[in-house]
Amino acid sequence: MSIVHHLPDTILMAYAAGNLPEAFGLVVATHVSLCDDCRTRLQAFEAVGGTVLESAGAAAVSEDSLAATMRLIASRAKDPIKARMPASAVFPAPLRDYVGGDLDAVRWRSVAGGVRQAILASSRSGSVRLLYIPGGAAMPDHGHRGTEMTMVLKGAFRDADGRFARGDVEVATEATSHTPVAEAGEDCVCLAATDAPLRFSGLIPRIVQPFFRI
Amino acid sequence: MFTGEVSQAEAGSQGVPTSYASGANGSRTRKAPRLASTETDEMHWVACMARVRDHADQAAFAALFRHFAPRVKGFLMKSGASEALAEECMQDVMATVWTKAALFDPARASLATWVFTIARNRRIDAFRRDRRPEPEDLTWGPESEPDQADVMAFQQEAERLAAAIADLPDKQRDLIERAYFGDLSHSEIAEATGLPLGTIKSRIRLALDRLRHALT
Repeated sequence: MSIVHHLPDTILMAYAAGNLPEAFGLVVATHVSLCDDCRTRLQAFEAVGGTVLESAGAAAVSEDSLAATMRLIASRAKDPIKARMPASAVFPAPLRDYVGGDLDAVRWRSVAGGVRQAILASSRSGSVRLLYIPGGAAMPDHGHRGTEMTMVLKGAFRDADGRFARGDVEVATEATSHTPVAEAGEDCVCLAATDAPLRFSGLIPRIVQPFFRI
Repeated sequence: MFTGEVSQAEAGSQGVPTSYASGANGSRTRKAPRLASTETDEMHWVACMARVRDHADQAAFAALFRHFAPRVKGFLMKSGASEALAEECMQDVMATVWTKAALFDPARASLATWVFTIARNRRIDAFRRDRRPEPEDLTWGPESEPDQADVMAFQQEAERLAAAIADLPDKQRDLIERAYFGDLSHSEIAEATGLPLGTIKSRIRLALDRLRHALT
């Protein structure tokens, strides 16, 4: 697989530091599962965290800390190593955990024009959902408040920033107003996360928005 | 009370060195280097982890604990935890170091880095309701292990990174610490990027490529 569009350093570093909202975290974990370039960069940022842990200062621990930890260990089983992703899976492991299975387990809801979505998590810090765009169909034109990350899992889409296929991530900010169009032929499945509600430029989607939480 | 660094002689006298390269089934021929007084801190921790993983060695774990437990607790308190919460989470983190010992890959991470990731995840669990999605694990199976030369080269690189970060201007180092204590959002973090990570990335990439090769 040749991934062309990668995660930016700021996102990877925030994820390494443990300070990225869950919605974006799912896109990072899913992308990194498929992309060794970004896994490498993530681990380099985690190495920086290791130096911070090492140098930022120690705190006195309680007298029976070690004994208490040994008791905790005795009460636990060793972690089994998780099974690897089946080669045929469309969704990497972190995404399968949210969906409860692979692509065929998604509970889609229709939005408009053949576009379907499934919201995976939604909170004040943002939301993340799967989008299903029929081949040749367009997503409604939308601008953003905040940041939006979209990762392709199946098929491909194009917009002003280029072509995005499996594994590619597009990061759109406030200034971006774009119209992704799924390539003709294969339907496109994307994972999309935002830290603010999207706003659509067309009238009807704007009315629909509160109902569908798009 | 924090009793200070464990001396390497102390742990070494308990026969700590089991290398990651010697392999349980002897499938690798490279001989592990003996622990000597010139051994680096990082390689010392790698050897302790191998003892914990392969032999459930409590003395090796105690050595790790004396070094890392106070740092994990300090890290959690600087991230905003109360003393009591930090102590509780620290014990949980250190227990995880034991139970997940097989997941530590010394060709891609120093022990400090690996412990940091466990402490970071525990902090997220303790401080917010959000889940933290994790990438799929990539681990050496029971049959194969990273090459000892790769492990040593990586651990040296990790020490160089620590030195390079210690040499950064105070202002930038302070920003980095705040980022890792969880004080900066991803938009604020931009100023903290631009770190000297080129060579450590090459090492991690090499180790990942070898692991991928071993998995196929």
